[in-house]
Amino acid sequence: MNIVVCIKQVPDSDKVTIDRETNRLNRAGVPSIINPFDENALEMALQLKDAHGGKVTVISMGPPQAEEALRTALSHGADEAVLISDRKFGGADTWATSYTISLAVKKLGDVDLVLFGKQAIDGDTAQVGPGVAHFLDIPALTYAKAVEVTGETLKVTKVTEDGYEVWDIDKPCALTVVKEANQLRMPSLKKKMAAKKAEIPCWGFNELQPDEEKIGLAGSPTKVSKVFAPPVKLNKEILSGEPAEMITELIQKLKERNVL
Amino acid sequence: MSTTKELWVFAEQREGKIAGVVYELLSEGQILCEKSGYTLCAVLPSADGASLCQELYNFGAKKVYTIDDPKLKDYQNDYYSRAVAQLIHEKKPEIVLYGATTIGRSLAPTVAVMVNAGLTADCTQLDFDVEAGNLLQTRPAFGGNIMATIICPDNRPQMATVRSNVFKKTKVSDSESGEQVSYNVDLSAVPERMRRLESVHEADNTIDLNAAQYIVSGGRGVGKPENFKIIYDLASELGAAVGASRATVDAGWISHHHQVGQTGKTVCPVVYVACGISGAIQHLAGMQSSDVIVAINKDPDAPIFDVADFGLIGDLHAIVPEFQKQIAAAKA
Repeated sequence: MNIVVCIKQVPDSDKVTIDRETNRLNRAGVPSIINPFDENALEMALQLKDAHGGKVTVISMGPPQAEEALRTALSHGADEAVLISDRKFGGADTWATSYTISLAVKKLGDVDLVLFGKQAIDGDTAQVGPGVAHFLDIPALTYAKAVEVTGETLKVTKVTEDGYEVWDIDKPCALTVVKEANQLRMPSLKKKMAAKKAEIPCWGFNELQPDEEKIGLAGSPTKVSKVFAPPVKLNKEILSGEPAEMITELIQKLKERNVL
Repeated sequence: MSTTKELWVFAEQREGKIAGVVYELLSEGQILCEKSGYTLCAVLPSADGASLCQELYNFGAKKVYTIDDPKLKDYQNDYYSRAVAQLIHEKKPEIVLYGATTIGRSLAPTVAVMVNAGLTADCTQLDFDVEAGNLLQTRPAFGGNIMATIICPDNRPQMATVRSNVFKKTKVSDSESGEQVSYNVDLSAVPERMRRLESVHEADNTIDLNAAQYIVSGGRGVGKPENFKIIYDLASELGAAVGASRATVDAGWISHHHQVGQTGKTVCPVVYVACGISGAIQHLAGMQSSDVIVAINKDPDAPIFDVADFGLIGDLHAIVPEFQKQIAAAKA
């Protein structure tokens, strides 16, 4: 089975803050990681390959340094990697990103399964997986936690708000994968060494031949109009002292607010 | 062709029951329509929508587009996206809002690509810029560390998803009138590429964080899984649901169904009690619209105190049992 895993390099978002004076992001020194949910997509692909053979290709769209994330994925066991990068792709929202990634998947050719993490932790949109699937004209299931090969189709268990559903889906198809699916295996030393030296082709505008109106900023229907710091509560009350006294005071104040 | 512009809410239904978030979106839609002059409408794909319309009118929908087809009884991405996209192509609404549920988060991005629309995920605030005619869509990014306002100046419709419990429900009355517009979509041409075999509701999910009036949540400060007992005990005394931070779920102390935050559930109870939760921004994004927030933490600099109404600085292992004791005593 030929599987493509789409990964995103993201800042470790717990560590990004905003300067409340300037409304600028403080990203200096914030490490970049593979989006955690994409690790689950990668592990799902590796397990399918272990059981059924085939090839796992990781692709990532981003700036040139996203190559690092691809090398990490190779060290965990992916067979090949392709970077999708071009200045002309910059500023893409999820619409333009979905279009661009779909061109790369088409260029890879014979693909049975395209996997994504359920969402990326920097934007949290969860839009690119279903978007790419539509551009590829393949069916998509979101929030997958398990997959089984049953002849020509796949049997997929997906998480819902209050339980799960089991689906039968034709190949080729796209799945977005949740954290509960698995945990990414450790990289092996041998693969780590190989990953360092691996050739990672970079596909840009010339390789993908996109419709210029559908990429980058121009191809993005949504625009960021402003960015600001989340509001802070002003009239908070801090209680300290002995537990019994604090709680007595708290209960009284909650009653004054008519919430207890 | 209608002459007034329309704002649509996707009326998500499961097993013939409209999702709660739909009423929240209609309530917010009433406010947006007042500002924009648009007509508030609902779009209801199902097997048979007629009986579900009245409650949608009661929450302000003036018009309900019903799309009836046996294939639309349960959610299937291909059928639903075709039905909604075709209706959008024909009726050209200005704005379409979806609940950010597992269904809405599959449907909306598919439809966005199909109809060439901008889509903003998980908005926490919506407003309307009357001069420019743009929907102002505000959402957290980078795990809630920053807020961004997104606009979609050139493409229509403008589409957004909104999580449950972000907007409050406001019913207009119990007997509003509205117009049902039946719309037919020919789904026979859509290839059947996926089939639902089974749908299971799990008993464990009785912890209904979404509906809870009170929530007591534990974080890393709880120390170890066994210590969640004091959280459960206080919750039980208050009639509260139990929540948890991502750190405790990742550590395997408690099931992910309890997780509150950007990657867990968004909650909006009357009182939220955060015990031993430092307040990583990704947690705050899931609970900061609670009416009253009580934070218990031994670190006076913990960011949870930035969003708290009441901060109790001290050892939760002493404070939480004391809280339970005094509540119990007050009831006695």
